[in-house]
Amino acid sequence: MKYVSTFGLGALTALGMTAMSMLPASAAWEPTKPVEFIVPAGTGGGADQMARTLQGIIAKHNLMSTQLVVINKSGGAGGEGFLDVKSNKGNPHKIVITLSNLFTTPLATGIPFNWKDLTPVAMLALDEFVLWVNAQEPYKTAQEYEAAIKAAPDNTFKMGGTGSKQEDQIITVAVEKALGKKMTYIPYKGGGEVAVQLVGGHINSSVNNPIEAVSQWRGDKLRPLCVFDSKPLPYTDKILGDLSWSSVPTCKSAGLDVEYLMLRGIFMPPGVSEEQVAYFVELFKKVRETPEWKQLMKDGAFNQTFMSGDEFKAWLDQSEATHKGLMQEAGFIAGN
Amino acid sequence: MNMIAENFTLLYHGFGIASDPFNILLMAIGILLGVIIGVLPGLGGANGVAILLPLTFSMSPTSAIILLTCIYWGALFGGAITSVLFNIPGEPWSVATTFDGHPMARSGRAGEALTAAFTSSFVGAFFAIVMITLIAPLVAQFALQFGPAEKFAVYFLAFASFVGMSKEPPAKTVVSMMIGFALAAVGLDMVTGQLRLTFGVTELLNGFDFLIAVIGLFGIGEILLTMEEGLEFRGKAAKIDPKVVWKTWKTLPRYWMTSLRSCIIGCWMGITPAGATPASFMAYGIAKRVSKNGKNFGNGEIEGVVAPETAAHAAGTAAMLPMLALGVPGSPTAAVLLGGLLIWGLQPGPMLFVEQGEFVWGLIASMYLGNIVGLILVLTTVPLFASILRIPFSIIAPVILVICAIGAYTVNNNVFDVLMMMVFGVLGYLLKKTNYPLAPLVLAIVLGDSAEEAFRQSLLGSGGSLSVFWSNGLVSSIMGLGVIAAIWPLIGMALNKLKASPQPA
Amino acid sequence: MEQAHHGAETGPKQRSVEMGTALLTLLFGLIVVYGSVIVGFGWSSDGPQAGFFPFYVGLIICGCSIINFVQGVRENPEPLFAEYGQLRQVLKVLIPACIYVALVPFLGIYLPSVLLIVLFMIWLGHYGWPLSLAVAFGVPAFFYITLERWFLIPLPKGPIEAMLGL
Repeated sequence: MKYVSTFGLGALTALGMTAMSMLPASAAWEPTKPVEFIVPAGTGGGADQMARTLQGIIAKHNLMSTQLVVINKSGGAGGEGFLDVKSNKGNPHKIVITLSNLFTTPLATGIPFNWKDLTPVAMLALDEFVLWVNAQEPYKTAQEYEAAIKAAPDNTFKMGGTGSKQEDQIITVAVEKALGKKMTYIPYKGGGEVAVQLVGGHINSSVNNPIEAVSQWRGDKLRPLCVFDSKPLPYTDKILGDLSWSSVPTCKSAGLDVEYLMLRGIFMPPGVSEEQVAYFVELFKKVRETPEWKQLMKDGAFNQTFMSGDEFKAWLDQSEATHKGLMQEAGFIAGN
Repeated sequence: MNMIAENFTLLYHGFGIASDPFNILLMAIGILLGVIIGVLPGLGGANGVAILLPLTFSMSPTSAIILLTCIYWGALFGGAITSVLFNIPGEPWSVATTFDGHPMARSGRAGEALTAAFTSSFVGAFFAIVMITLIAPLVAQFALQFGPAEKFAVYFLAFASFVGMSKEPPAKTVVSMMIGFALAAVGLDMVTGQLRLTFGVTELLNGFDFLIAVIGLFGIGEILLTMEEGLEFRGKAAKIDPKVVWKTWKTLPRYWMTSLRSCIIGCWMGITPAGATPASFMAYGIAKRVSKNGKNFGNGEIEGVVAPETAAHAAGTAAMLPMLALGVPGSPTAAVLLGGLLIWGLQPGPMLFVEQGEFVWGLIASMYLGNIVGLILVLTTVPLFASILRIPFSIIAPVILVICAIGAYTVNNNVFDVLMMMVFGVLGYLLKKTNYPLAPLVLAIVLGDSAEEAFRQSLLGSGGSLSVFWSNGLVSSIMGLGVIAAIWPLIGMALNKLKASPQPA
Repeated sequence: MEQAHHGAETGPKQRSVEMGTALLTLLFGLIVVYGSVIVGFGWSSDGPQAGFFPFYVGLIICGCSIINFVQGVRENPEPLFAEYGQLRQVLKVLIPACIYVALVPFLGIYLPSVLLIVLFMIWLGHYGWPLSLAVAFGVPAFFYITLERWFLIPLPKGPIEAMLGL
């Protein structure tokens, strides 16, 4: 009997599904089945957190008629996820969130894809990078730390970062070039781990994103020295004593001429229609208006630039060239 | 001492929050969902929590984390069910449970094995929670001592205490373990950012996930072995006795020493962020060496279920502590929970205990209550799950195959993994029939990557000098223990020879 | 099923299977060594290169495989690996399972699952059609509802599901 009832249930669902597929298509394009949201990184990382927050916001505010389903495809530094999107030509029910590995993975590993293989939708935000040291170190400013690095022999100072030949190491190489000294770069799996290693004194400095290390700053375990952006951060909420994100100087003003921002953007598979892209641009515009999103931006001290269309493509073009240049100089380009 | 008294006041307050009827209801729902998640292979704790995370955004942070942690407890409990019944571990830390749990099920003692597993999980978790209550702040400081060299030392210790002399020929044990290391190395090399052993094949980018290998080697391999022995093997084996829980409980106090040892191993491994998997293997390995029934381990010894389950859950629970106090996740599931904390506007880290005391102690109180609720819930299901084994093999076998395929797919959302699972299945059958031990292979896949990574991070830091592994008291003592554990079987053999030699004369 | 228990059955010898397995692991070891050499297996200034560990792991596999092979050769040639009847039993599961797994990439997971369960229950279990069909449709339907609907985990789907608009 048990089997009969499950069978009945199956038949019922099948009927329900057929009924759903017969709904008439409305004028403007809308998703007709759950949209897969590919995260080309592991569970729990920065991109994954952002994707799941987006999923939560969209579900809570009913911004989409169907569901958004987050799927992690992290193999080969995210290459697996990008290849999956690339091969799903014309499928409008798939979007992917990118981080800098959009540029670095094909260059460093030779995995065959390029951002031009995908359809750019929108830039959601840019993630900042901050130079951190342990709060017990004597360096109060970036200048003091730079002077200490310059005074010591090569490879005395250890810089920790996430992954290898990715954004953190690219910044490290740029810092090395600006200072004319080598540092020892130690890769770790995730940003949180890097911050804790810095608290434990196993490395001397890190270039963690604000959200990864802010709690250690509040606890007076880590100290931000400077931010790798062209202007200081706008967020004035107090974090430790009188200090806020806005009191962190830019690295350029501290004599370290390095700028780097990481893309948090959305792409679709190749060959989707303008209408379909427009739907998602609108969707994410609505997301940006929600209080939850604004809170996330503030917590993570994100750079809130939003771009779509040709402006976004131009930015991507330029950013790709920058990455290529930086990685070429660092010798990170795959041989084959 | 003052600090402890203060903690108790806060905890008492926390119980007030956690025992709110709505929160108790959430606990029960969470545990049930967790058990389902744990039973469905591939849909492990991390996935389950990640999927349900968005649903909790509209709750208060305390209720949300109670729901999610209870899902986590439930998944921990549920992982043991498939390990015992079908030899398919749903989570890495359930692997060691299959070694004796499944043989027990095959000899008709599934109910006993499940009861022992659930009870041990509870004991392990409870021990760890008590530890968290008493010494939380101290522990956080200890965890900070762990750099790459210390981590490598811990992995080395876990390995050394598990892999010893086995009844299989040494060359076969070595081949099996090395195959595991080689498979773990496939994919992206984290330290250099290079791809290795992928030979340009896109499907290999992800490497070989541990779960795929285990589902194939253990799950599919088991079906093939059962077929060879003849179809009618199953069915009659499982007798259901509603009193099995009480009967098993009567025998369990005998293993208090094993439990206590495993609790300590588990807590220690959970705090040093090595995690539950090495803890379960290490506890199993040590129990096997120390126990007077050690020779019978692997043939359905209840102590072989108690040791790994206790340690895994002590570790899983203890791992929550570094997460809260430092913001570093002790496991993939903890990583997802960490993301959740951030979304609710709580920042894990040194200030969490100070600024969000109500939340932290509410959570700790919910760990106590959630575990008790969980134990009661899962124990009532023991006869039900044990009776699954009565379903005839020709029905259950294809269903297990389907479940294995779904499990293999959902690990990475990759159909290639389903093919690989089948390859591993055939390999598992072949290796088992030709006397290659599978456990070292699995342990190597799980730990190989992390151990190599920690080793190379240490060398990067030291500029290539191996002396980093003897550079301070902590790392030297762990390495020393590891070396002792590694040569222990040799010492044992020498002692036996000494003892044995006078006898013939 | 019955033939599996006749005592005098013949079958492949344990010895040859042991030797075969050793050759298989040897091949695997060689592949690993080759792969490691491609990415570099030296010890550079900052520690081992990407291929360092896999290279030695591969070498050890090769070495121990040769030992296992030699020990296999020395083994008693008499004992059987398994009787042919037993192997037939194993193949009865293995072949459908392999076909099943091979179909999944093309047809999705649902349809092959239905076919596999029906085949098993009717051919090996000698159950009637009604029960077999009920189980065959019930199990995938259960997974569809729990995984795809409740937990939002998409499983592989093929042309049939696309036709139904799932």
